[in-house]
Formats: sequence, structure tokens, C-alpha cells
Amino acid sequence: MQLTHLTQHRLFLPLLALTIILLANVLFSPEFFHLEFKDGRLYGSLVDVLNRSAPTALLAIGMALVIATGGIDLSVGAVIAISGAICANLLNSGFDALPLVIFAGLAAGLAAGTINGGLVSIFGIQPIVATLVLMVAGRGIAQLINSGQIITFQHEGFAAIGVGTALGLPMPVIIAVAIFLLVQILMRFTALGLFVEATGCNPTASHYAGLNVKAIKFSVYGISGLCAALAGMIITADIQGADANNAGLWLELDAILAVVLGGASLAGGRFSLPLTMIGVLIIQTMSTTIIMSGIEPKYNLLIKSLVIIVVLLLQSPTFRQQIRQLFGAGKAMQGDRV
Amino acid sequence: MGLHMKFLYLLVPLLALFGCGESSQQAPASATEKNLVVGFSQVGSESSWRTSFSESVKAEAAKRGIELKFSDAQQKQENQIKAIRSFIAQGVDAIIVAPVVETGWKPVLTEAKRAGIPVVIVDRNMALEDDSLYLTRVASDFVEEGRKAARWLMEATEGKCDIVELQGTVGATAAIDRMAGFNEVIAEHENARIIRTQTGEFTRSKGKEVMEAFLKAEQSGKSICAVWAHNDEMAIGAALAIKEAGLDPGDDILIVSVDAVPDIFKAMADGDTNATVELSPHMGGPAFDAIEAHRQGKTDIPKLITIQGDVFTQATAAEEYAKRKQ
Repeated sequence: MQLTHLTQHRLFLPLLALTIILLANVLFSPEFFHLEFKDGRLYGSLVDVLNRSAPTALLAIGMALVIATGGIDLSVGAVIAISGAICANLLNSGFDALPLVIFAGLAAGLAAGTINGGLVSIFGIQPIVATLVLMVAGRGIAQLINSGQIITFQHEGFAAIGVGTALGLPMPVIIAVAIFLLVQILMRFTALGLFVEATGCNPTASHYAGLNVKAIKFSVYGISGLCAALAGMIITADIQGADANNAGLWLELDAILAVVLGGASLAGGRFSLPLTMIGVLIIQTMSTTIIMSGIEPKYNLLIKSLVIIVVLLLQSPTFRQQIRQLFGAGKAMQGDRV
Repeated sequence: MGLHMKFLYLLVPLLALFGCGESSQQAPASATEKNLVVGFSQVGSESSWRTSFSESVKAEAAKRGIELKFSDAQQKQENQIKAIRSFIAQGVDAIIVAPVVETGWKPVLTEAKRAGIPVVIVDRNMALEDDSLYLTRVASDFVEEGRKAARWLMEATEGKCDIVELQGTVGATAAIDRMAGFNEVIAEHENARIIRTQTGEFTRSKGKEVMEAFLKAEQSGKSICAVWAHNDEMAIGAALAIKEAGLDPGDDILIVSVDAVPDIFKAMADGDTNATVELSPHMGGPAFDAIEAHRQGKTDIPKLITIQGDVFTQATAAEEYAKRKQ
């Protein structure tokens, strides 16, 4: 009885999937679990997984809220490129006071979020179409800012966002955890989370219940834009250069996948940030595992997709019921024979 | 009223997009009778190498007094086909195409052939059965680039080296051929081998991420002698990863790559990477040579003209960097 209780907890399956992928490394590359304390920071593949997860985690936090309102934000990858481009150009232009640069990057993300939020909430355009505009145009804008080049910079303060250390962990991890805690507290210790889910469940009913549905939709896109801008700064600081063509390319899809792996419905009305974070870790653990294992690169995508299909199937209530019925039917038949 | 507003809101970004596309196609059209007029359809401006390639062709045209009609296809074949058709309609003397993809060119090249306009293919290949559809192809020899990188590394390490490889995008011609050339040379050295290989997708971020994992998989990098990266961007990413692991890239772990973009010369001058093989962007010269030879009635133009790139090392990096940055 106790065990079934445990296996039916929402966290159980995603955590199980993550554990299995981690354990696969015991077979392929035991070095994976090697951790040491070096130059004041933890050093090892597990830390790398956390570090490389940070940008996707930030995107996924924003994306989870957007998806919970029944929307989707395809533009986050492009927003990464824009905020990175703006920061890198500012750093090279002489206006390189760190607070100013960070503020400019965040402002770009907020502006992008405002455009998306305006199109969706005020003009009532389908979110997938509204954010597609910025997904396509945004990368162009970033290329324009960079005039088609990769803009590199030398700035220790800004680089620290990507490669610095705090509390023995890489800075991106600290940033992602801080934002996660902040948004989680905002959503679950106030009624905000409920409002967001209600908007996704039934916007009309929520409206009549007295919720300002438009304002809620508008603000989740704003949050998503801010998170994307932050991710953009981490990615840019990590390589000390803004690569408008490749920074954040297809990362929006990873973020959506993480939200779905976290058990959210793309129709909206339900989200869980802790589960989304586990989804992010599943994706990144898989990537790092593949690199460490020495599997030929041409199999990368195949392996990833197979694992994801299995995890998603296991999470589907319908699939689980069918499996259960299969077992149940087997038992019933045995019972018949006796 | 509300509906109109919504349309306007959508139209503005769309107009901005189309506006960009068209302005780049309108080259100044002041064709004097004598000047050779050549249309050039370029892939786009997706990398710094591509930009220097465009610049080099423009400079070469200006030097020879050729009027160049430049069209940026923004990585879309349909834009290139449109551009070629518009070049034919304008009656240019020759067309140069740097194709985005290999297939789907037969109809539009047939149109050019009927109009009697010679076509030169530069950089990437086109899959064409009928080689009368084009005058010649000017391309880099990716296999030779791989060989050159390997020869430099084998010389630097006396043929004894455990190498990790950062491949380009899986399936890209440049990645496949560079790998083949490199492997061909190290096969002759029994103490040289590739211990790990993974794709870094030709980008700096991915190169860094993969290198981080390699370092951990190979006893903090102690068993790695050199990094072989299929382009400079990944090499720069790898150098960052090696530094963060507390090792000295360029000394503890050698780095050799291909492309010779300006940033790699800075990295080499700083001692962070060791050598790069130039992927020459100067394909305009040979292409114009072929066109001019064709116009003089010569028929012995080879169907493939390969461009060779030199190996650059730390020795000349500082002065090359000064020369190459704008």
C-alpha cells in the first residue's frame, strides 16, 4: 500500500527516469560520478550537467507559465540572441558598467515579452503565430545588431555571469536556482499560480470570476522574455562572445520539451516548476551522457528521441492505464482458469 | 476598426522583413556598355567566414572593373532561384552562384543555358548530371585541409599523439571530408590515434560543452595530447574549456583547426591555439578568370578548380591578426 502510494506521486516517474539515465553512466563511463573540489569550486560531470542546464532551465521556467495559460512562446531562442548581441555590443562600446549592461539585456527581454504579450492578450492572436513573428524576426534583429559577425569581448565582470563561481558552484546554476525559487514562491505561496492555471483552464470562466485574464497572459510573456534575456546573458558570457546565428538556436524546443516532460498539458491549466526542472535535467543528462559515452555522433538524436518517447509514454495516464489493463486482464484470465 | 489595428500590428514586422530582403537585391544599375556585368547569388551572411567571402568577391570585382550585382539569399534556395531568374532577365554576362543546397538546380540552370549565360558554381557543390549546365566550379578541397591539419600535428608531436576530435555538423560535406583527410594521414602514424570524437556542430558553445565532457572523461585531460576541431569556432570554445579546467591550451593540450577566421589569429597570438588551415574565401579571382577566359572563346576550362589554403601557426599569428581585423 505504501509502495503504490509512492509510485503514484507526481514526482515519482520523472525522478525514476532521471535516475535510470544517470545510472546508465555506471555502465558507460564511471568517470561521470567523479567529483572533486578544485580552485574553490566543485568540478565534475555532474556539475557540468547542472551548469549546462541553467539556460534551458531559465527558459523552461518562463515557458511553464506561458504554457499553463494555454499559450506557447517560440521566440525565446531569438530573444537569447538579441540580449546577447546587445550586451556584447555595449561591452565593446565603452558603456561597460556591469549594472547598465545587465539592465539593457533584461530590458531587451522585457521588450520582446511585451510585444508577444501584446499580440496575444490585447490583439488576441494565436500564441504560436504571435511568437513566431519574433522567433523569425528576432534572430534577424540580433544579426543586424552584430552586423553578421560574432562579437567577442573582454570583460571579467560580465564573463563571471557565465564562468564565475559562487558558493562553490558555477554562477549559472546559482542564477537558475535563485530564479526558480523566486518564481516558485511567487506562484505557490500566493494565489498567482492558481490565477495562471485558471486562465489556462477556462479563460472565459476566469474572466467572469473576476480575474484580469489579459493582464495575466500579458505578464507571463513578460516573465518569459526576462528569463530568456537572462539565459542569453549566461550563454554569451560563457563563450565571451555573442553568436547571433547559433546562440539559443532551437533552445525553445528544449524548453517546451522540459515543460512537457514535467507533466504539463500543452492545452494549459496545469504546471509544475519542480517537475519542469527535472525535465530539464533529464534532457541535459542525456546530452552529457552521450558525449561521455563515446557513442558515434550520428546516433545522438536517435538515442535522445527514443529515451524521450519512453519517458513521455510512461507519463501518459492513458498509456499507464492500458498497461495496467493488460496486466489486469492477464490476472483475470488466470483467475478464470482456476 | 479593431480588426484594422490588428492587421497593422502584424503588417509592420512583415513589411520590415520584406523591406530588408528587397533592398539587398537592388544593386546600383549603371551598366556601361563595356563593363562586364556579373550576377552573384550568395548564401547569406551566417558566419564571419561567409562575410569575408562576400567581401573578397566584391573587392576582386571592383579591382577588375567588373560590375557585380550582389544578391543575399538569406539561406533560402527559393531566393537564389529568384535572383538567378532576375539576373537572366537583366541579361547579365555571367552568373556566379554559391548554392545553399546541392539539389534542385537543373531547371533554373537550364534557363540560364538557353539564355547563353555562363554559370560558375562556387564553394558548395550542386548535384548535376549534365556538366554542360555550368562553366566551372570553384571550391576548396576539404580533404586536403584535413590532411594539412594532420600533417602539421604529426610534425609537432613526432607522430605520437592521443587526439580528441570535435566534428562539424553531422552529415556536412566539410565535416565528412575534413575527417577523411585527417584520418588518412594519421593512419600512417601508428602512435597517433583519435581517442574521442563527437560533434560540436561548428559552434563555439557546443565546442566548449563537448570539450568540458571530454576533459572529464579523460582523467581531467591528462591523457589528451591534442584537439582537432573541424572549424575555428569550436577550437576557440575548446580552448575556453581547457582554461577553465586549469590547463594551458596550446601547451598542455595542442589545438589545430580549419578556417582561419580573424578570431583564431588572436587566439594563436595569445598562445591558446596552435595552428589553423585556411579555408580560402578568395574564390572570386578564379571565378572571374574562368568567365573572362570563356568570353575570349577558350574551351579548355577545367570543370573543377580547387583552391588551396595555407597552414598558419602562432609564429605569424600576431601580424596576420593585425592584417585581418577590420
